[in-house]
Amino acid sequence: MAHAPSPESVALLERFTAALAASGLVTEDQIAEQIARTDRADPRIGAAMVARAWTDADYHALMLRDGSQAAEEMGVSMAGAPPLGVLADAPGLHHLVVCTLCSCYPRAVLGYPPHWYKSAAYRARAVRDPRGVLAEWGTTLPEGTQIRVVDSTADYRWMVLPTRPAGTEGWDAARLAGLVTRDVLVGTRLPTA
Amino acid sequence: MTSFAPQFPSGTRIRVKADYPETRGPCHIRTPHYLRGQEGVVERPLGAFRNPEDLAFARPAATIPLYHVRFDQQGLWNEGQPGDTVLVELYEHWLEPAA
Amino acid sequence: MPEDAPSPDPATHDIGGAPRFRCTPVEPDDEAPPDAFGKRVDALRQLLAQRGLMSVDELRRGVEAIPEAEYHSLGYYERWLRSISGLMVEKGVVQRDDLLGKDLQP
Repeated sequence: MAHAPSPESVALLERFTAALAASGLVTEDQIAEQIARTDRADPRIGAAMVARAWTDADYHALMLRDGSQAAEEMGVSMAGAPPLGVLADAPGLHHLVVCTLCSCYPRAVLGYPPHWYKSAAYRARAVRDPRGVLAEWGTTLPEGTQIRVVDSTADYRWMVLPTRPAGTEGWDAARLAGLVTRDVLVGTRLPTA
Repeated sequence: MTSFAPQFPSGTRIRVKADYPETRGPCHIRTPHYLRGQEGVVERPLGAFRNPEDLAFARPAATIPLYHVRFDQQGLWNEGQPGDTVLVELYEHWLEPAA
Repeated sequence: MPEDAPSPDPATHDIGGAPRFRCTPVEPDDEAPPDAFGKRVDALRQLLAQRGLMSVDELRRGVEAIPEAEYHSLGYYERWLRSISGLMVEKGVVQRDDLLGKDLQP
């Protein structure tokens, strides 16, 4: 479980912020502005990208070629963000993203990572027992599907492009985006119509 | 010392060096322990990036090729389902051609 | 290192496949978005990076230097705070004494 910061940590943060403010490096307004900007990143951005890829072949191709450019096309500023890579599921192949060394996460298009993604249990187990981890979501893959675990170790941040679920023929992008949750974009769940 | 051109094309069978810099002093490495000494296949080159092992200490950092490398789950853990794989970003200086 | 030598233990943060977590369940419902503390630490990290005072690799190096017992007992953003405040001391941006409580000083 996530737990509240210790009194020592709270005190350290206060002193550190005060020291940075005293040297003119960081103001309270700048902190508030930065938090507001970070709060705007949300899994709905990634969901909108996936839904567009399902309905627009050119965008699908762009997303796989250059995820950052595909995010920019949806109005996300990727300046200063790590490059975004997109992993396309296919019949018989499913991707699951983890960062075993820390908690690298495509924050520009998914927002803050959930606590479980940062937990030692997920980081340790996803790479070794992905099917056991998926079972904790109640996720069962179609018979014969191979899992490709993506350990996000370095410069890219990775997002899954799932296959479009059956029964969604004729749906528009807005309706399709409603099927794509944060967990779907990490690969712990499959979208279902 | 700076090399942008990837030495290993897609499909090359490589081995991750069985090196353990963490035993020699302070360091920062992005090659997980569980891959050291393991054989995999280059999925594709991912471009070139500055070496994090130097960036972590604010040292001048060379730009080096980065790869997506695929490993069989069963080869890594002696367990798991056949066909399941792990795909990992690794820097070129950690890779050598598989014997 | 000879081929047949046992490999040394992984570093504290390098936990991919670690047997000690084999039976620890992942809790999919444990979302725990960052609290006000976490958001402030995260914002400071980004602001210091924007000012060229810190790279993500330095952040990671600072987190990795936390001793094992504390690494697993500190919260995620507490680890970040340890790292970035330590880095700013290392670089002389703030003084170590600034980070110690007045009551702790001699």
